[in-house]
Parts: sequence; structure tokens; C-alpha cells
Amino acid sequence: MSKVGIIGIGHGVFGRRSDATVQELAFEAFRSALKDAGIERKDLDASVIGSVPEYHKQRSLPGVVTEYLGLQPKPTWLTEVACASGSAAMRTGWMAIKSGAHNIVAIIGCQKMTELETPEILALMGRVGEVQWESIYGTTFPGYYALFAHRHMHEFGTTHDQMLQVAVKNHFYGAKNKYAFFQKEITLEKARDSETVASPLQVFDCCVNADGAACVILATEDHAKALCKNKPIVWLDGMASATASMSVLRRPNLYSIPSAELAGAQAYEMAGVKPSDINVAEVHDCFTIAEIMAYENLGFCKKGEGGKFIQERQSYIGGKTPVNVDGGLKAKGHPIGATGVSMTAEITKQLRGEAGERQVPNARIGLTHNVGGIGQYTFVQILRRD
Amino acid sequence: MFKWFGKVNFSPYTKVADFAQFLKDGYLMGTKCKKCGAKSFPPRADCGVCMHDEFEFIELTGAGTLHTYTKIEAAPTGFETLAPYIVGLIDLDDIPCRLLAWIGDTIKEDEIKIGMKVQVVPKVFDELENIKVYYCLEKPGTTWGKTKSS
Repeated sequence: MSKVGIIGIGHGVFGRRSDATVQELAFEAFRSALKDAGIERKDLDASVIGSVPEYHKQRSLPGVVTEYLGLQPKPTWLTEVACASGSAAMRTGWMAIKSGAHNIVAIIGCQKMTELETPEILALMGRVGEVQWESIYGTTFPGYYALFAHRHMHEFGTTHDQMLQVAVKNHFYGAKNKYAFFQKEITLEKARDSETVASPLQVFDCCVNADGAACVILATEDHAKALCKNKPIVWLDGMASATASMSVLRRPNLYSIPSAELAGAQAYEMAGVKPSDINVAEVHDCFTIAEIMAYENLGFCKKGEGGKFIQERQSYIGGKTPVNVDGGLKAKGHPIGATGVSMTAEITKQLRGEAGERQVPNARIGLTHNVGGIGQYTFVQILRRD
Repeated sequence: MFKWFGKVNFSPYTKVADFAQFLKDGYLMGTKCKKCGAKSFPPRADCGVCMHDEFEFIELTGAGTLHTYTKIEAAPTGFETLAPYIVGLIDLDDIPCRLLAWIGDTIKEDEIKIGMKVQVVPKVFDELENIKVYYCLEKPGTTWGKTKSS
């Protein structure tokens, strides 16, 4: 079976983008990706849009995006699985090529979130829990991860300071990323001083709602080899996805994300690698505790040792597995439909050696971990440079 | 009348709607599959184990153990006036199921500890004109009224 390669990547600036509509954001990322791939619009067979519709006044986003980008009359479709919508777009694009239906496909993750007020966003996101039995208690998204945080602390002795150290790391690298919302380092003291959102989580434990877009162009093995004469091709070696219960009432435990464990194991098997082979990773740090659980779920460290892993700086460049060295969701911002595509674009950049001052030396194998909701959906990709 | 359930109700229609009437009368109910006997909380009309579609309500004691919790300071639309509030997730003692609810007035914030015993207590929002029922986590031994008709 033929491999699927990444031939182009593009990334817009994430932030409070009061200057642009969602299709204008998509345009920025798409034009860069097209240029990076060295192809023209007519070379594309289809486009997949990753986005969460509830945030936009515009209905049916693929129509407006493909019209603005000039991609019609080629086919397009939308993927939605909450915060993992971008990786779902990647997965269906990959499937379209593997099936033989298409040769070259553009994956566009785009999202405009800041047109809604924060309480509205809290209400929307909180309803990713089960509305019948949970949302009636005013549950919020930070609230759900806070339930995990307290149980992780209880189970393993993880400290809240260790969680905040994840934020310090991600801001450290965000400061070196020109596309990040917050290009500013923070101290642990500053993080400790922030307001509580849902105990134990404070403002600096939480990622920021953002606007933004990212684009990745995929091609068959033959097309990738023909088009990438002057740059390394990054291959999608492992493409895995798994699900878990909607409700925290039915999770096996509250200190781990089972869909992430499952998708991680499947991706490693498919790519024929193990956790220690991963040179650089992008994980879903919507909250600091989520990054700590990701270290454990992906096998970068043993279960329960995620707090120690960050405390010992093992997820910094130079540590065992550098994680989110572009700032992560925390500092880069989390425009939910764009995030998964942004992760793939960043790992591609790292594997090509184009990440500048935050480059992980000699990175050859990378991983992305994109979680929808509170782990109802997880997508794990393993990427490899020839 | 499932629209009675919760201060803000997002799903007024369900096959287990009688749950809200029971709660108003002071009873916390789960469900039991009429074919395989599998017990559920929250109630479910269709069996998740054998896929049979007939069920009966069963009364639960509401005794449980705190699994985890959080104090929510930043509240979503519709809950601003209640914030801050503490949400607890418990393991029920009667059946291997969980329940999520606010931690009530009988438990002081500095007493909250994972692993502590709690009692689920049916409640009515007094301050609201329309009937609104819910349940809360209180200290074991907390009593409440029950209506015989249920």
C-alpha cells in the first residue's frame, strides 16, 4: 500500500484576530502551504475543513472557505470532533488518498472563537460533557480537567506546582514562535499568582481561546516524490484514533485518558516505533494537567510520573522527549479546529529542520496527540522524515 | 416532566422523564433492565449491556464516596449568580456507577477530601417560581422528606 506524504505546510498567526473573517484566516495558511508545496490550486483534488461550527455565525463552513480560496468545483467536506476536528480532517484526507480516490488533498483547520464572550464559550465547551446529567450543574471545560487534576494529585502525589511548570515551559517556547498568541515567557511565581478558574486550575493552567488557521497538503507517495525534489518528505507512518465515554460518570478512572492510551499504542504499532524513538512531540495541553497525562498516556514516562517528568525538564529540548516546543495550546493559542493541523505542521517543520531557535537537533521521528473534548476522541499521528 | 430537572435544563424530553417526578417526591432512582437485570445510574431506557428496551426504576440509597471534585469560579452562561460552586463526582455505594452534583451546605469547604463519605439528597430550588429539582451531596445522616405517593 502506498505511503502518504506531507508536501506543504502553512500557518497563520494565532490570536485575537479581530482583523479577519474565518475564510480570510484560512486563506493565510492555505496560500503559505501552496507556496511551500510548490503547486497550484488546480493540482488539488479535494480539500478537508477541520472546524467546530458552533463558534461561527456562518453556516456550513466548507462552502465559504473553498469559495474564498478558489477551490471550487473540487470536492470538500467538514470534520467535527470538538478540539480534535483538525486531526479528524487529517485522518479523512489521509484515508481519501489511501483509498485511491484522490492524489493531492489540502487539509485546512480554521476557527474563529473570539467573537463569542467567555461565559458563552464556557457554556458551549462545558456542554461537551453530557448535558442531561452533568451540564445542569454548571460544569465547564476547565472544571472537567480540574476533576482529573485533583484525582491525579490524590492518586500519584502530583503537585499543582508541577502542573504550572508545564505552563512555564510552553510560554518559554511560545516566546520563540512568531505565530503564537503569547510570545512572552512567564515565571512560576507569576503563574502561581493568577486567579483560580476551577480548583486547582488557575488562569495559567488553561490554554487560551484563539482565532487562527493552519494548512497541510498531503499527496500519494509517487506525487510526493515527484514534487519534493528540493526538500525532505515527511511521511504519515502512524495514523490512529480512538474514543472514550462522553461522560465522566462512565470513565474507568479520572487520572488518565483511555482513548489517548489506545490511539498511542495503535500509532506506535502501525509506525513500528516505540515511545523512546520519538524525537519531538506535540501534545494536547488544553490544560497543564492534560500535558502531564499525555506524557503518561503516550509512554514518555510511567503512569504517575508525569509531574516528575516536567519537574526534571525531560520535556524541554535536551530532555528525554521535547514536547510542545512551539508553545503548545497554552502559549500558541487553541483555535480548536486549527489546532490538530497546526500540530502536524509544526512536527513537519521540526523534521525538516526548519524550526529555527526552537529546533530539536536531528529530529527524524515526531508525534502529534490531539484530544477532542475530555478525551472522547483522540488522534495520534507518527511522522517520519526519510 | 424532565424539564423540572436542573436550574438550567438542556434536554427536557427523555424516556426516563419520571426520574424528575421521583426526585421531587424525595426519591433518587436508578434503572434496572427488565431482561438482564443490569442496573444503571444515571437512568437509561435502553440497556447498554443486552440492548433490551424495557426498564424499571429502582430506588437508590444515595450513599456514596467522593471520587474527585472542583470549585468552579468561572461559571458558564446561566450559572453566574451561583458561582463559586463546588462540583463533586462520587462513586455510588449501591451500584458500580458514578454521580455528579454540587456539594451542599452541610459540608464545609475545608472538610472536602477525596474518599470521604457523602449522601445524595434530593432538593428543590425554593427561589424559583417554576418547579426545579436537583440533587446535592451532603453529610451522611442528612435527612429529607419523602412523599408516599411515589
